[in-house]
Amino acid sequence: MARIIVVTSGKGGVGKTTTSAAIAMGLAKRGHKTAVIDFDVGLRNLDLIMGCERRVVYDFVNVINGEATLNQALIRDKNCNQLYILPASQTRDKDALSQEGVGRILDELKKDFKYIVCDSPAGIERGAFLAMYYADDAFIVTNPEVSSVRDSDRMLGILSSKSRRAEHNEEPIKEYLLLTRYSPERVKLGEMLSVDDVQEILSLHLLGVIPESKSVLNASNSGTPVILDEKSDAGQAYADVIARYLGEDRPHRFIDEKKGLFGKLFGSK
Amino acid sequence: MLELTQFLTSLTQRMPTDSQHSNYHPPALEFKSTTFSVPVLVLANNDIVIIEHQLQEKIQLAPEFFKHSPVVIDLQELNKQDLNIEISELVNMLRSLDFLPIGIRGATTQQLKKALELAIPAHTGQNQAPLTTDNTKPQPVKPTPVAEPSPSTASTTLIAQPIRSGQRIYAHGDLIVLAQVSAGAEILAEGNIHVYGSLRGRALAGVQGNIEARIFCSDLQAELISIAGTYKISEDLTETVRNRPVQICLQNNTLTIKDL
Ligand SMILES: Nc1ncnc2c1ncn2[C@@H]1O[C@H](COP(=O)(O)OP(=O)(O)OP(=O)(O)O)[C@@H](O)[C@H]1O
Ligand SMILES: [Mg+2]
Repeated sequence: MARIIVVTSGKGGVGKTTTSAAIAMGLAKRGHKTAVIDFDVGLRNLDLIMGCERRVVYDFVNVINGEATLNQALIRDKNCNQLYILPASQTRDKDALSQEGVGRILDELKKDFKYIVCDSPAGIERGAFLAMYYADDAFIVTNPEVSSVRDSDRMLGILSSKSRRAEHNEEPIKEYLLLTRYSPERVKLGEMLSVDDVQEILSLHLLGVIPESKSVLNASNSGTPVILDEKSDAGQAYADVIARYLGEDRPHRFIDEKKGLFGKLFGSK
Repeated sequence: MLELTQFLTSLTQRMPTDSQHSNYHPPALEFKSTTFSVPVLVLANNDIVIIEHQLQEKIQLAPEFFKHSPVVIDLQELNKQDLNIEISELVNMLRSLDFLPIGIRGATTQQLKKALELAIPAHTGQNQAPLTTDNTKPQPVKPTPVAEPSPSTASTTLIAQPIRSGQRIYAHGDLIVLAQVSAGAEILAEGNIHVYGSLRGRALAGVQGNIEARIFCSDLQAELISIAGTYKISEDLTETVRNRPVQICLQNNTLTIKDL
């Protein structure tokens, strides 16, 4: 059975697109045929992060409007042949997506793909609503700061009351927390919320903590999802996220401050 | 001074269908009998300014709940005390606050006439006041056609998932929440409220005027707590009650918070 994953947050700029690209690649690398869809009509940038912006011919809106077939619009990833990208339109306005149209295309994708990752736009308006409406799983991307946590909480309320599963009284969307841009040093200084602070408010299944990392910027500049940078901390953190999502047990590696040599040898409090 | 109570209105006529008609058309309409639950605004003061002011206070507690809420105006208390009120002013004020007056009861003949001019029908109920002021002997009290539900018969609403920011829950009876209530969420109940997770949002018990209602919670961090319209905001909560299991009740019109 195919699963639809929405990557959402409420707040903008927290790392949804970075995460969508990384997890879609991670799932595909594990051999699961995966499609990743950019729902951010008018502000597309998933194609940039995936490094396929120069191969875009048709987009999501074209397919909904019947101006192109799904096969014409899907772009096969250059690094992994199990991964396909459905880009957003840069030129249409955000009302170009219809609920019925989105449902139709997701149904079609479900026949062929194991995972369908929906990169949600920011906010709680129409675009974000459509990205989450048909979801089976939700990755809630949150930064360790109060406003981001509050917006995530708001989005969780929308998932549990406005989604298709909620409307049809089906089993609710499975919700997972992804804490991104986490900096243990700044948590220690009291400048950022800790994992526990965030969990006290959201109490969700923690899928992973992605550290604040220069490798993310490098990855997006080179158009390769950061998960392919296996030496980087963010890349490893995303690989752990995929492992946990697929049911493997992995300890959380990036929550604590990097300990000095003495700390490692003697254990520090 | 203002009290919102449950009011049931029922429409029991059934129109006969026209069997004489030569051309057969499938019936385009049908009258059905149904029962609605509508808040009743019981007035105890005839000063429109005071009423408006107090209504605004109530609205602030639950803006979404009251927005475009239908309401039946009950003038029985006023008329018992021979206090008249200008119907058109009252109706205009209610409409300006986004209420939709859909009926009046306990009104005098004069007031009823005014109400009808404003397309507001008369309702009869157990609280029906004499319809004419010159009527010397009180009319016999008619038995109500529909029983008013007592708060104790309304069922309990049980919620096991967290109530998130932006969500609003309304329970006609008691409300039990097994998880947390987030900041920015709002829970309302006509009866008692129990919250077994942290209560960080707004909790309003006895919203239809039940002053016996209580709030029980295992961790009080609320933005606002209210019982039958008497409320406290987060700032008013002292450190001695914060983050603790408490019960909240009304005693002599003041909100009292006690350790559980
Ligand atoms: N773990 C990280 N470490 C450092 N920078 C990061 C990290 N994650 C994301 N960023 C940076 O944050 C910015 C926003 O990321 P991204 O575009 O993924 O967010 P978004 O939630 O999709 O934004 P929008 O709401 O605009 O769609 C980018 O510049 C990205 O490089
Ligand atoms: Mg984005």
